Amino acid sequence: MTNETEDPVASAARLVSGGDRVADSAPGDQGGDQGGALFTATTLDRKNARTERGYHSLFLLMSIVLILPVVAILGLLIVRGGPAFSWEFFTEAPRAQFTEGGIFPALVGTLWLVVVALLASVPLGVAAAIYLSEYAKDNALTRLINLAIINLAGVPSIVHALFGLGAFVLFFDFGTSILAASLTLAIMTLPVVIVSTRETLQAVPQSFRMACWSLGATRWQTIRKVVLPNSVSGILTGVILEVSRTVGETAPVMFTGAVLFTPFLPQGVLDETMAMSLHLYMIATVIPDVPPEVPYGVALSLILMVLVLNSASIGFRVYLRGKKKW
Amino acid sequence: MVSTASEIKLSVKDLSIRYGDHVALEGASFDVRENEIFGIIGPANSGKTSFIRAINRMDEMTPGMKVHGSIEFNGKPVETWRNLYALRSRIGVVFPLPVGLPMSIFENVAFAAKLRGVKGKDALGEVVERCLRRAALWDEVKDRLDSLGSLLSGGQQQRLTIARALSQEPELLLLDEFSIAVDPVTTMRIEEVLKELKQEMTIVLVTNLTQQAQRLADRTAFFLEGQVVEVGETKAMFKGQTKDPRTTHYIEGRFG
Repeated sequence: MTNETEDPVASAARLVSGGDRVADSAPGDQGGDQGGALFTATTLDRKNARTERGYHSLFLLMSIVLILPVVAILGLLIVRGGPAFSWEFFTEAPRAQFTEGGIFPALVGTLWLVVVALLASVPLGVAAAIYLSEYAKDNALTRLINLAIINLAGVPSIVHALFGLGAFVLFFDFGTSILAASLTLAIMTLPVVIVSTRETLQAVPQSFRMACWSLGATRWQTIRKVVLPNSVSGILTGVILEVSRTVGETAPVMFTGAVLFTPFLPQGVLDETMAMSLHLYMIATVIPDVPPEVPYGVALSLILMVLVLNSASIGFRVYLRGKKKW
Repeated sequence: MVSTASEIKLSVKDLSIRYGDHVALEGASFDVRENEIFGIIGPANSGKTSFIRAINRMDEMTPGMKVHGSIEFNGKPVETWRNLYALRSRIGVVFPLPVGLPMSIFENVAFAAKLRGVKGKDALGEVVERCLRRAALWDEVKDRLDSLGSLLSGGQQQRLTIARALSQEPELLLLDEFSIAVDPVTTMRIEEVLKELKQEMTIVLVTNLTQQAQRLADRTAFFLEGQVVEVGETKAMFKGQTKDPRTTHYIEGRFG
């Protein structure tokens, strides 16, 4: 793995051996009947093979390092939180100051939050990305929009939370509700949807658009018949990222729609709800005398929930990619 | 030019094309007559493809491309067409590198027909068969019209794009080096089709093969380094009756 540093001598040797190889191989090429029997690895060949193996191992090692934290976190959660799992844990509301019972209302509440947030952000984000990728000319407006997206992505989630409180809870008077919380989450995750969708759309070869336009198709006809069908799987990747982030965010829902405890399940988007992320935060830091395996159990449930939601869209994406056409 | 206005399909007047500071074409003026095959020959970088792009207003979607002067299509300057989709639907284009759209062979050829409102499997099927036959591709793909257009070989994709251009039933067909990926036998078959097609449409044929221009074109223009050196009757030009010695040199391969 030290091959990447190259001293002048080795470099010169490589040049020389490279020259030798050309000279060596020329006669062999002429006599086709001699086949590959004359092939002998030169210094350069061996050096290249060694370097290749080195980089291969390096990148493999990095990938393994990457998955270590994931394995560690999951392992810890399963060992510590597994004992908390029971039928009751997933089907009942918390009881006795959160020391007994389960997480059912929080589970349902988080599902509500995610679904409503997706309903708001995916159509908006995809439409914005289509505009930016397919219609926008490089002018001041486009640059302003791009700047806004970058800035939106950089806003801390607590600021989104306060914005959501001011705008949705108070100004639009939605109260602390699923609607207010989901819209806050939607605004927070919009940049992810827009940027990933735009990247996907731009990965569709320009030559397809040219061919389509020259047939007399409008931009919209081109988008609908050629661009979108070939980018659905990529758009879903953005949605998956969004789901993961939405499920885990605590701050934005804390001020806008999630409550520490309600025994009722939400009946509509204007109800308050419990949420997994807030629930975890509270029982881990604020509520006394919670059995130690419960926070780990909630954390494990949160991760499992992300996995279930994601694997649904990943499955759909795999199905679509199977139909990808170039 | 002795032809009357009604017979002129394209009238190019003092056309200049620039990409930033780079001049692709400068001061081009000539006419393309109705129902002729108009050949354009010339070495690389002489402005042939830029001219093709200017006709169907590809400058609108090519960053940095600026067109000055005018091209009149049916007497109406293309830069004044408000509805570019209507303009482009009347002009078929075949690019040098074939682009099979990521849909089935059938859909590739039926696409333009659908855009102009042809409906029904039978009507579309009729368009598809006619266009594929003309592009000399029907026999090879008739049993697998549902397979992907982008999976065909390079030469087959090129004929697919020709079929697709024909499916527009264009008034004007622009062929930019269509034979670059097509074998000689198939090229000959397509050339025969082009000779028939000029009864129905006007064809502008950009080609690197001067022999192809000689075989097909009624009149030929010689482009060189962004200048139109001369426009003349193909027969006369290839007999050596040229106004500019550079044309003869290029045709005879004694160039540079």
